[in-house]
Amino acid sequence: MDTVTITMKNPPALYLEADTISPDAFAGKAASQIAELPVFEGNTPSTLGNYFEISGSAGATAADTKIVVKGDVSKVKYLGMKMSAGELIIEGNADLYVGAWMTGGKLLAKGNVEAFAGLAMKGGEITIEGNAGNYLGAAYRGDWRGMSGGKILVKGNAGSDLGMYMLGGEITVNGNVDVHVMTHAEGGRTIIKGNAASKVGGQLVEGDIIIFGAIDVMMPGFKPAGEAELEIDGVKAKFAHYIGDTGERHKKKKGQIVYGNLYQKI
Amino acid sequence: MTEYIIKNGHVFDPVQGIKGDKKDISIKDGKIVDKVGSGAKVIDAKGMTVMAGAVEIHSHIAGPKVNLGRIYRPEDKLFTCTPTKGHERMGGGNSIPTTFKTGYEYAKMGYTTAMEAAMPPMFSRHVHEEIRDTPIIDEGAFPVLGNNWFVMEYLKNNEVENTAAYIAWLLRATKGYAVKVVNPGGTEAWAWGLNCLTVNDPVPYFDITPAEIVKGLIQANEYLGLPHSMHIHPNNLGNPGCYETTLDTLKLAEGFKAKNKFGREQVMHLTHTQFHSYGGDTWANFESKAKEVTDYVNKNKNITIDTGNVTLDETTTMTADGPFEHHLTGLNHLKWANVDVELETAAGVVPYIYSPNISVCAIQWAIGLEIALMSKDPMRCFITTDHPNAGPFTRYPRVIKWLMSTKAREAQVNAFKHKDKVLSATSIGSLDREISLYELAQMTRAGPAKSLGLTSICGGLKPGMDADVAIYNFNPEKPVANPDDIETAFSRCAHVFKSGVEVVTNGEIAATGNKRTLWVNAKVNDNPQVMRDINEKFLKYYSISQANYESLGHHFVPNPFALEVDATHV
Repeated sequence: MDTVTITMKNPPALYLEADTISPDAFAGKAASQIAELPVFEGNTPSTLGNYFEISGSAGATAADTKIVVKGDVSKVKYLGMKMSAGELIIEGNADLYVGAWMTGGKLLAKGNVEAFAGLAMKGGEITIEGNAGNYLGAAYRGDWRGMSGGKILVKGNAGSDLGMYMLGGEITVNGNVDVHVMTHAEGGRTIIKGNAASKVGGQLVEGDIIIFGAIDVMMPGFKPAGEAELEIDGVKAKFAHYIGDTGERHKKKKGQIVYGNLYQKI
Repeated sequence: MTEYIIKNGHVFDPVQGIKGDKKDISIKDGKIVDKVGSGAKVIDAKGMTVMAGAVEIHSHIAGPKVNLGRIYRPEDKLFTCTPTKGHERMGGGNSIPTTFKTGYEYAKMGYTTAMEAAMPPMFSRHVHEEIRDTPIIDEGAFPVLGNNWFVMEYLKNNEVENTAAYIAWLLRATKGYAVKVVNPGGTEAWAWGLNCLTVNDPVPYFDITPAEIVKGLIQANEYLGLPHSMHIHPNNLGNPGCYETTLDTLKLAEGFKAKNKFGREQVMHLTHTQFHSYGGDTWANFESKAKEVTDYVNKNKNITIDTGNVTLDETTTMTADGPFEHHLTGLNHLKWANVDVELETAAGVVPYIYSPNISVCAIQWAIGLEIALMSKDPMRCFITTDHPNAGPFTRYPRVIKWLMSTKAREAQVNAFKHKDKVLSATSIGSLDREISLYELAQMTRAGPAKSLGLTSICGGLKPGMDADVAIYNFNPEKPVANPDDIETAFSRCAHVFKSGVEVVTNGEIAATGNKRTLWVNAKVNDNPQVMRDINEKFLKYYSISQANYESLGHHFVPNPFALEVDATHV
């Protein structure tokens, strides 16, 4: 695997839309060609080379390409957007849409990321060592197809509307989450090791929410369904089991209604 | 204006009966002419197909429900933005494109006239503002009348003359083009949470039936002698077994004859026939009844139809058939918008994915093609996708490919997950007809123009007609190596002229043209009763005043083209 290192030297005055920073766009290109890749600063077309110092060269394919992003990219959007393979490492904080529409590969953000990370993601792995913003693994505005595959791990906290319209895949948050978890979701699994605020699982059709800490306000559409023992990351624990959202439609499998599940650690 | 002469092209023009002969087409001052001077600009169309500009008879491209779709479906615009380029302004959207993209895309495919098929009269101003902002193509809009309180009250008492006077007033007030009927009575019933699923279901409160509304509107339409006929989306759309309601609706036209000065012969236009040709009684035994419906249409010359072809895309359904959209959101669980338009109509919007992996969608695809292939008279069956309901209009080239090539149809059938079910529920597998270029010109140009009463203006290349010309990079003398070549050729024209202005060159917009709004100005005898009723309804029921209702002046209709109708002699 070949590594390309891009270092922010000339930070943009406005926000930079850089969906070309992905192993797919870099694959098969030398540093000079990568510098020519298009980006937008506000509504002005520009190139990557105007902002970043680029060293190394990419592998022949996305899978053979690793990108390391250094410097202050807190005003750069769409890092790793639609990436299908390879690796992307962001050393600092990043703006919106990190790893959005990603289908494969590994993305590591060492700092915080803003909203819409892993949006409508289909595959691959995202690790965020800091905090994630709102709408992590959710659906695009208006869409009903949220994250459907892959894994997201947040070592810090996550914002609101996590996993909205989620269809599959798994999100783990080691810290706390804000309001609205897996709203409207029809699949997938969310593990919150810390606390959750309110509106957890509103309109949940199918899918699992596992919460280790407290829930500020429980949704009225969930009803108790006994206790369950689950093994999460190799640790077995007892959870109170709730099913819901009872105000929402649910499929039937073999005559049984399939509810969404909410587990809270006892 | 620049004079043009189009040389060496293979011309297909049903208006003059030209079937691919090499013939020069001359253009001067916006019209087709016999001769131009020696200084005329020569367009070499060697090895190309030359047709009149295409005429879209039924599409939802302007107005409040289209815009509601745009507003509540930002995901439809995702990754579709095209930046400003040359003559083109920024555009976007797939099934519900921006007004600008709508104009450009129609023009690039060789369309020069399009009809917005459902204008809520109360929101005609919005419709006309969008029409104004849709470049290049001439457009008209059909006000919906099948659930209108005035119409139902007059027709309940058999007052055809008053209905006609009201229609004439409404066409003038809303700058409308034709009488559109959507789920007659059923949309009004929806205000009570009900529907009319047969032509004999009574409309609550109004005590009238869909059959009475339809017959009355045919009579009023012919009393006025409007350019287009009553244009109907019947009751019971989209349900298994709905073809029986469709046949019952078609039979309502029996005994009526067209009366107009525009050369129109039909008294009823049945739209998006595909959605009305379903058999079976559940989705499990859902099947095609295209044969039953087209057999009836083939025998009855006072009816024209359009197909409503399913294109197997993700799209946005939108209709004044309010109860149908509620039914649809219950089936696919996707977001639903619903609007009530006071005394006039309603509308609903729901996204829909016609998946080739779902047997019902694949059968719908086959039914749309069956209707076109089983229709014996291409001058009475027109190609539409009921944009965006069965698919975006930008898919016309693909529909044309399927109609012109059995090979392309077979390839699609083989790609279906439930191929056997499609073949047993339809007869698509046994239809070997391939639509010829001449028939295509009938189904997309001469036919719809005649049905709309525009025969003397567009849809043909006869001297004196508007110089709307489309030139396709398609050589009719060469065998088609790959059906996809048909789709490519019909996607982007080599040249398009709209009223004598070259608006498309090599598939790119070359000028934004001289867009007109077509409307019908019908003169009737003074009718104090109807004027009093209109005044009273505005005072008693409408949430806006009459002065704020009408679409007047330069702001709404900057470049009007009125078709004059005189019904005062009656």
